[in-house]
Amino acid sequence: MLKTFPVGGVHPSENKFSAGKKIETLPLPKSVTIPAGQHIGAPTQILVKKGDAVKVGQIIAKAGGFVSANIHSSVSGKVSKVDDIFDSSGYRRPSVVIEVEGDEWLEDIDRSENLKTEITLSKEEIIKKISEMGIVGLGGATFPTHVKLSIPDGKKVGNLLINAVECEPYLTADHQLMMEKADEILVGTTILMKALNVNKAYIGIENNKPDAISHLSEKSKNYKGIEVVALKVQYPQGGEKQLIKAVLNREVPSGGLPLDVGCVVQNVGTAFAIYEAVQKNKPLFERIVTVTGKSVNKPSNFLVRIGTSTDTLIEAAGGLHENSGKVVSGGPMMGKALSRTDVPITKGSSGVLIFKEEESKRDEIKPCIRCAKCVSVCPMGLEPYLLMTVSKSQNYERVESERALDCIECGSCSYTCPSSRPLLDYIRLGKSEVTKIIRSRNQK
Amino acid sequence: MSKLLSVSLSPHVHSGNSVKKEMYGVIIAMIPAMLVGFYAFGLDAVRVTAISVIAAVGFEYLIQKFLLKIEPTVTDGSAIITGMLFAFNMPSNLPIWIILIGILVSIGVAKLSFGGLGQNPFNPALVGRVFLLISFPVQMTTWPKVNPMNFSMVDAETAATPLALVKEGLKNGDNLSDLMGKIPSFTDMFLGIMGGSIGEISAIAILLGGIYMLWKKIISWHIPVSMLGTIAIIAAILHYVNPQAYAGADFHLLTGGAMLGAVFMATDMVTSPMTHKGMLIFGFGIGLLTILIRVFGAYPEGVSFAILIMNAFVPIINTYVKPKRFGEVKK
Ligand code: SF4
Ligand code: SF4
Repeated sequence: MLKTFPVGGVHPSENKFSAGKKIETLPLPKSVTIPAGQHIGAPTQILVKKGDAVKVGQIIAKAGGFVSANIHSSVSGKVSKVDDIFDSSGYRRPSVVIEVEGDEWLEDIDRSENLKTEITLSKEEIIKKISEMGIVGLGGATFPTHVKLSIPDGKKVGNLLINAVECEPYLTADHQLMMEKADEILVGTTILMKALNVNKAYIGIENNKPDAISHLSEKSKNYKGIEVVALKVQYPQGGEKQLIKAVLNREVPSGGLPLDVGCVVQNVGTAFAIYEAVQKNKPLFERIVTVTGKSVNKPSNFLVRIGTSTDTLIEAAGGLHENSGKVVSGGPMMGKALSRTDVPITKGSSGVLIFKEEESKRDEIKPCIRCAKCVSVCPMGLEPYLLMTVSKSQNYERVESERALDCIECGSCSYTCPSSRPLLDYIRLGKSEVTKIIRSRNQK
Repeated sequence: MSKLLSVSLSPHVHSGNSVKKEMYGVIIAMIPAMLVGFYAFGLDAVRVTAISVIAAVGFEYLIQKFLLKIEPTVTDGSAIITGMLFAFNMPSNLPIWIILIGILVSIGVAKLSFGGLGQNPFNPALVGRVFLLISFPVQMTTWPKVNPMNFSMVDAETAATPLALVKEGLKNGDNLSDLMGKIPSFTDMFLGIMGGSIGEISAIAILLGGIYMLWKKIISWHIPVSMLGTIAIIAAILHYVNPQAYAGADFHLLTGGAMLGAVFMATDMVTSPMTHKGMLIFGFGIGLLTILIRVFGAYPEGVSFAILIMNAFVPIINTYVKPKRFGEVKK
């Protein structure tokens, strides 16, 4: 029996069109637009101004606190603008525009392909390096990695989990990374283990990637304490809480963190970025992005410099069609729809998904037939139909007591509802209202 | 950028489930039981079923269009289900006018007056049936004898159902083992060679439909298993305590509406609880009430009453029985 989480979950069509497509380095764009905030946490302080010359890897915005992350230039050239520019959220955010000239990297970045396995830095030095290099969670959450690695006093970490589940349909970036950079990932994992002072790490991979499972299992024999765990294909297997439950059978308490059950979870892409940061002194300024969709001519996995326009990626994959109706940044279950495609790729962009017109519209909303499907698919044991009802009627007390804040926004409920009810839309609304209420309550 | 893109919140994909698919799935599942009914009771059964379905769809359309003045929803298939289920619970020799009254109560009162599909607390087909049972007790409890493939128009002979036969007999002080000799063999009852309502006689045909619905994930196993399990266990205990006074588990499972109720009526999604735990409680309640009514009550059959009574408890069950929350902090 394959391991999995015990309640709920759905199995959407996988549609992994870009699986097995070699990582392709996208040609350098003419210019990049680098948002100064690409992480969860405090905003950064921009260090460059119009006219400045920058090199690849040079810091251009400094972390504005502990929970924040440095931003580095992904290209060499001249800063042409520092201004508020649209990003993928649809809002204007402080950004740095750089006109590309050549490809000149900072000298201290090791650009060789040689695998460097020996870890010379100490625990503290590793965390400091990760913080300097602007590493954030690459699974989409973009939480600054050094914060996750700085364990508060009194908490004990026993296990590191590497999230290589990639449970979102369509996306293949992590899969391809594992096929091409297995050793780097394993060294990155070892670095993380050293930083956390643990001697056991699990890499969880969904069983629809048997090649990655066998490849990594084979390679992991050369590394101490790393175990590859094959997991059942069941969405949202890659949810942090679901992954911990599946691999270790521990349940993160409601409102708690993985740390409360002695775990730290890191994305597999992050492990690779950590390898590059610590062993190669390379800041996080490029990442792998899947560009795919049913109507896409050339589904691809691109290595992309941060700040490249989404348009450029779409063009490289064959461009938009007459019948393209929606472009999503991220996966189909949790990604964000873009209102415009000239927005930059950021540290958190795992995929660009193009939907056809007919896939872009939701079905008509029908009355709830009380079929209980939403309840049985909810991996958090919530009652989505009820949360929607009480959220709609603005009964926020009930929204809170029915534990809306536990919702991980996986979308399984809306996905499955035969009446096409916008369950998660209303749950989100309820959650944000409840969060506001709790905040004002705490201020009193 | 020229192209206008749609923007919406995640998720951006949908399972393709729809109300129609669910409803037509149930209809497909009911076909085997319906065919056995046609085989056993001939043209009469066809007549009752056809009239029930046409009347259910017709009344729903007319009431929604002219009385409520809303867009009729008859295409969703739920009225067809109500019509079929209603017919399944009728003896095949029922006069048309009684059928029409029953359907009017089902659709007009039990379904639409509560706000239509999804809003009704009680199973509409059962409300119609129980209404008729109280209003026309004689016609509702006179079942024709099984007469396979009888497609002539001659009025069929009537006979008591195994449940009624045993209940009457025990009341008159007959010996249970003698009575057991008078009812069809368990193989016949399993296949559906016995008197009864159109859709309730064949356990195997009903189970086939149930398996189909489980496979299509239209129902879950919780309600049928807990309901039939409860009936079986209580019947077996009573039988063990006094084999002369109480029939065994096989008798109670195969006779009357136990199978039909467990698979098609108690599982009605609108009128059953939302959580698996709640479904188990609901099924247990129906099983318990069914046996109590059958063994100690005035009526020989209790499934319909039991389901309706438990329907009334569904809101309470939903309020107090919650799914196991992930990460529940133990107090
Ligand atoms: S309620 Fe939240 S956690 Fe549960 S299925 Fe819906 S989105 Fe997922
Ligand atoms: S899945 Fe949709 S129709 Fe079914 S109970 Fe939930 S909200 Fe109602």
